[in-house]
Amino acid sequence: MIRLVYLGKLADLAMNDTAEVAGPLDWNSLLAAVPEAVAAQLGEERVHIAVNGAVLTDRCSLTAQDGDEIALLPPVSGG
Amino acid sequence: MARLSLDNPRDVRLLDKGLSVGEALAAFSATYERAGAIASFLGKTRDDGGTQALELTHYEPLTLPGMERLADEARARFALDGVLVWHRVGVMTPPQPIVLVAAAAPHRRAAFDAVDFLMDHLKSASWLWKREKRGGEWRWIEPRADDHDALARWKAD
Repeated sequence: MIRLVYLGKLADLAMNDTAEVAGPLDWNSLLAAVPEAVAAQLGEERVHIAVNGAVLTDRCSLTAQDGDEIALLPPVSGG
Repeated sequence: MARLSLDNPRDVRLLDKGLSVGEALAAFSATYERAGAIASFLGKTRDDGGTQALELTHYEPLTLPGMERLADEARARFALDGVLVWHRVGVMTPPQPIVLVAAAAPHRRAAFDAVDFLMDHLKSASWLWKREKRGGEWRWIEPRADDHDALARWKAD
């Protein structure tokens, strides 16, 4: 299984902080695997994706296998 | 002597409980006792009458490593003896501290600039997500345009 981690408002939209989905996943299958409200947000360029703690420079190049962790990172707001 | 021991030349922490500003700055000053200048910034949960609470969420694999890289960037960019970057996560209420940044340097300009640089980057380029509770409702906060402008001015040179 692949672990999905929803950060920020994406966790509210997914109604969960994490989810488990069957691998492998690429960008299109990720969009199909997440709740519709999350998929709509992923359409925005400003949402970043990290695989096992490494942020992807090109989200469409996503490839993940069972055992991987994919984090969905909306725009940040610290301080 | 301060009992708190800090990592030298950089001490970067995510704290899920209260942040003791006096203790941290006393320890920082003791750690860099030969520094000619120490500048610090304390960010607090603003009491504007409406904000009931703030919550900051982080992502373990990214947030702390990103803050450590930022601290190293500041050390590479300015002539510093050392830096401290502490950020709260979890739920905070006014007027609790959110973030404490300090820089020690031989001369004041580097200390001021390093603190300014660190704060501008923490505000809009660190892996933290903030929501605030007003009128009983939680709402996610996105960086403001002037936070991005503040960040951009470090990229010009």
